[in-house]
Amino acid sequence: MVMMKKDYGKLWTLFRSMFALSACTFGGGFVIVSLMKKKFVEELHWLEEDEMLDVTAITQSSPGPLPVNASVIIGYRIAGVAGSLTAISGTILPPMIIISIISLFYDQFRANPYIAAALQVMRAGVAAVIFDVVIDLAGNVLKTRRVLYIVMMIAAFVATYLLDVSAMLIILACLGIGLADLFITPGRKREGGWHKC
Amino acid sequence: MLILKLFFAFIQVGLFSVGGGYAAIPLIQEQIVNIYGLMSLEEFSDLITVAEMTPGPISINSATFVGMRLAGIPGVLLCTLGCIIPSFCICLILAHFYYKYRSVSGVQTVLGAMRPAVVALIASAGASILMLGLFQAEIHEVVLSNIRVVELGIFIVALFLLRKFKVNAIMIILGSGVAGTVIYAFMGSI
Repeated sequence: MVMMKKDYGKLWTLFRSMFALSACTFGGGFVIVSLMKKKFVEELHWLEEDEMLDVTAITQSSPGPLPVNASVIIGYRIAGVAGSLTAISGTILPPMIIISIISLFYDQFRANPYIAAALQVMRAGVAAVIFDVVIDLAGNVLKTRRVLYIVMMIAAFVATYLLDVSAMLIILACLGIGLADLFITPGRKREGGWHKC
Repeated sequence: MLILKLFFAFIQVGLFSVGGGYAAIPLIQEQIVNIYGLMSLEEFSDLITVAEMTPGPISINSATFVGMRLAGIPGVLLCTLGCIIPSFCICLILAHFYYKYRSVSGVQTVLGAMRPAVVALIASAGASILMLGLFQAEIHEVVLSNIRVVELGIFIVALFLLRKFKVNAIMIILGSGVAGTVIYAFMGSI
């Protein structure tokens, strides 16, 4: 198989994007999901929004680090196995480089007040990015006008945020509800139920 | 051999850490401290501090840190590789089936029910980080009068820039770090 020049271009964009996102992912897996949504759905239009949410659900329920899982699936979608490998490389290189350097002099790193201050304030910026994404996503759930979905969204938020129920358990419960929905309401017309906007 | 021990230890971390980030910590501790005795508990808590302060998944950060300290660059490469091999195999299979069957209407119904939950999970992660940013505390222990005004200001300005002007998210994250440090330095509290 001959790879076209364009494919290399796509792989390079994929690598560059993942590298930049990964280098800025302070604060866990869902931060990178928000960043990926902005990059791949809104900016590059490589993925659809519901696809991004599906990928998140899958990555959350499979073992391993969430950003790595998400890069495998998104990379596969964009350019097959080569895409997966490219996306993984982009995701793991920044932490590998940064931690390798820090591990050599981590006492100085940990004690530096400027770094501590920057990391503390950066949380406010990270939270703003996540809220920006959530406002769009929640708006789209409301637009489905399905009471079931809206109630599930609120219940899942209360369960995970206030009651500390694990994310995995919530996704499995919703999988159960989805299956029940499938068998209990078979006559329902489903197309167009989820947003297309 | 040390380096092979490390490799297999991190394959197990990668394989059994379901549920992301913090779920992986006890698992890494089990492998590195308890089973193989490759680090002391104190070194391990240093590792977690550093892993939390730097970007990237906690298990990749740990793999790199442990690998570097115990076996240099080859250690870094093997530990990280061990950590991602299970993810790679499992997610590739899942991706294959997802893209094969996702347009089936029954599959859409089931996936549709999971999407609102994912939105809630992302919102919850955002709320946790916001509470840490504004109060340096989890929701259960928030005291309203402890609110950090600088962080609150940065959050509001950042959200405004994102919504109104679609400013690049990476610029927002890095910019908030720089802006905050400068403000705190001027206030003389660093």
